[in-house]
Amino acid sequence: MAFYVAQFLSGLSQAASLFLVAAGLSIIFGVTRIVNFAHGSFYMLGAYLAYMMADMWSGAVGFWGAILLSALTVGLLGVAMEVLLLRRLYRSPELFQLLATFGVVLVVQDVALAIWGPEDLLGPRAPGLDGVVRIFGLPFPQYELFLIVLGPAVLGLLWLTFHRTRWGTLVRAATQDREMTAALGVNQTWLFTSVLFLGSALAGLGGALQIPREAVNLQMDINIVVEAFVVVVVGGMGSVTGAFLAALLIGQLQAFGILIFPGITLVLVFLVMAVVLVVRPYGLLGRAPATARGESHALEPPLYPAGRGLQFAGLALIVALIALPAVLGDYALVVLTEVLILALFAASLHFIMGPGGMISFGHAAYFGLGAYGAALLVEHFDAGMVTGLVVAPLAAGVGALLFGWFCVRLSGVYLAMLTLAFAQIVWSVAFQWYSVTGGDNGILGVWPAAWASPKWVFYYLTLVLCTGGVLLLRRIIFAPFGYALRAGRDSPLRSDAIGLDVTRYQWLAFTLAGTFAGLAGGLYAYAKGSVFPTLLDIPISVDGLVMVLLGGVQTLSGPIVGAAVFHGLETEMVRYTDYWRLLLGLTIILLVLVFPQGIVGALQSRLGARFSPRLREQVAR
Amino acid sequence: MTGQMLTIEKLNSFYGRAHILFDVALEAARGEVVALLGRNGAGKSTTFRSIMGLVESRRGHIAFAGQDISRRPPHEIARLGLGYVPEDRRIFTDLTVMENLEVGRQPPRREGASWTPERLFALFPNLAEMRDRPGGRMSGGEQQMLTIARTLMGNPAMILLDEPSEGLAPRIIEMMAHAILELKKEGVTVILSEQNLHFASVVSDRAYVIEKGRIRYQGTMKELAADEDVRRAYLTL
Repeated sequence: MAFYVAQFLSGLSQAASLFLVAAGLSIIFGVTRIVNFAHGSFYMLGAYLAYMMADMWSGAVGFWGAILLSALTVGLLGVAMEVLLLRRLYRSPELFQLLATFGVVLVVQDVALAIWGPEDLLGPRAPGLDGVVRIFGLPFPQYELFLIVLGPAVLGLLWLTFHRTRWGTLVRAATQDREMTAALGVNQTWLFTSVLFLGSALAGLGGALQIPREAVNLQMDINIVVEAFVVVVVGGMGSVTGAFLAALLIGQLQAFGILIFPGITLVLVFLVMAVVLVVRPYGLLGRAPATARGESHALEPPLYPAGRGLQFAGLALIVALIALPAVLGDYALVVLTEVLILALFAASLHFIMGPGGMISFGHAAYFGLGAYGAALLVEHFDAGMVTGLVVAPLAAGVGALLFGWFCVRLSGVYLAMLTLAFAQIVWSVAFQWYSVTGGDNGILGVWPAAWASPKWVFYYLTLVLCTGGVLLLRRIIFAPFGYALRAGRDSPLRSDAIGLDVTRYQWLAFTLAGTFAGLAGGLYAYAKGSVFPTLLDIPISVDGLVMVLLGGVQTLSGPIVGAAVFHGLETEMVRYTDYWRLLLGLTIILLVLVFPQGIVGALQSRLGARFSPRLREQVAR
Repeated sequence: MTGQMLTIEKLNSFYGRAHILFDVALEAARGEVVALLGRNGAGKSTTFRSIMGLVESRRGHIAFAGQDISRRPPHEIARLGLGYVPEDRRIFTDLTVMENLEVGRQPPRREGASWTPERLFALFPNLAEMRDRPGGRMSGGEQQMLTIARTLMGNPAMILLDEPSEGLAPRIIEMMAHAILELKKEGVTVILSEQNLHFASVVSDRAYVIEKGRIRYQGTMKELAADEDVRRAYLTL
């Protein structure tokens, strides 16, 4: 009994800090509609700053002063990010800000590494709260009890702020309808900046409060941002009270899950999120967004079939790709092979994000399913490469068919989070099912057939399959199926009214995208000779997103250019510097600022007329 | 100060690559009620949205109370004293009546009416009984009143009313007409867009007729009422 009470209490204290971070994320998303990946980085910075300050000053004043001051400092960093970066991007396509915040994540990673080093840092105990109290005879830290009280206290303060102050009223109004709020004379710039301050400060506070509890390290950011997203989505985006309830739920799951289902702890949280989203598509306390308002930039420009200019450029590219092995060494060929594979992966993600209008945070699932599909055949059935490459897309397609059925019932960030949940479930299966998948040892020895083992042969094989896949996807976009898909994206109601089953088209598109991602994954397995659970993990999904957004989500060539630029940059930078994340992050930020429509998007608006005959006609008129 | 409250010259607006408004010119004198008439899709709402700076791409000259507002962002335009009541009302459904009014509140101006919730409740008595009701739980007519009251909280010198009679019961339309005439008495300049010619003729001094993004006719309300040809060409279905 006493043990369970203690477990329950530690679940509550876990929930408190999770709530702080999630509340900040929820507030920021509510008003600015920005999916802020950097929120976890602010949490981590809060912890590092508090550690540093508490280390410099001693005593109770020093400790608590350090906590508060680091929260304020992180709040100001949030302001800096808004003023210097996000503010310039509010008119960019939806989700482009996500790319910018991802750049910030990379930069913060390396800055923290440079300042505080890679070691775990242990902070001091909280003065005045460093003892234990006995609960049913078992010792329980006072500090944890303090956190348990703090959670509801912060919830109360936030509630009062949002319901009893003019600022809070304006924030709630802007959460619902930014454009109308502006038309009533409210300066959004100022509102956004202040919201970023509050949200980031909450993240910083959440991080700072961790220092007596756990070691500060460089992995804090990704872990917490994923958990915080889960909490926000389970609670309902924009609902602070919902975030509180969800944090309680997740906290208890983590406390008790390990006792009841030790085998699936990693995935329990995501399983619960999937169940909540399937039952309540907008989270516990969330409501269906009243038709998205004031997002005039969300107007998607039409896509045009390639004009003669682009056809020529595409042909020239293919000819160049065919000719390259003659001049390139093995290393360059390997990199180029990877770029081709990633281009197909990015194109398949773009297929559902662009024409399909569905954002996926978990596209790695299908890449990984393809890779594992091939590798498992090799491992357990001694299958050959051709069989593997046939099975890879099929395995991923079946996975996408299954998961997609649930996902396409949702939309926006909820859909994205459900895709992430499924990806994490697949990942944890691969990670924990040692007897079949080898766990984190992966599966080795997935080599191409003898005839395809020379680097140049495998390169040509990849070239044929990836070019074919990309062209096929392109063809589908301009087929009636693609028109129906885009119609469903632009106006689901009208599409329904003219007899298009939008959900069904989206489901099919999701399955197709998964299938092509699986083909890419299968090729990747043979290119690398091995598969690991990391192929299914969040960073691969994020890489896909970055490639699509970097290239330009509203263009068809975007994902290919994005894949080449991103993978090329990454490969080169890793070679030359330890601080490649910093460089890559800064490059992404710079690209985002210079090309707020994505690289190809920017090229199009400059050279568009030359590349597409129909566009030229329109401009001429 | 001259008598002109709003002067629009050569206004051209675009949605993406689509050209919506063509050289629209429009004027409203201080204290005047002007009707902008036209069928669905003629460009009435786009004209209002362009004036408020809510259309991404607009060209032309827009002067409000002697100041050029053609390049200003929406919140600055609103703060200069130009109120906007959108066609679809856009009440903040999660906020109560009082909170909706609070969002619209701006400091009083040197000249012109200064509105308080109490004065607005006198103008729209229905609202007085539902101060703490969320906007989402009000009838269409009540929402229409609230959206006008919300805009008046900014103490505008002029308001743009986009189809104020649309979808309302006859009794509510009468109340709207009464409210608009009250505003006129207070010295507020009003431009309202309408398809309902009868409603417009009750409250307006002058009228413009817009079709396919071009102004086709302008004159006093009386002249328009007498001009069967214009009415048939641009207004009747």
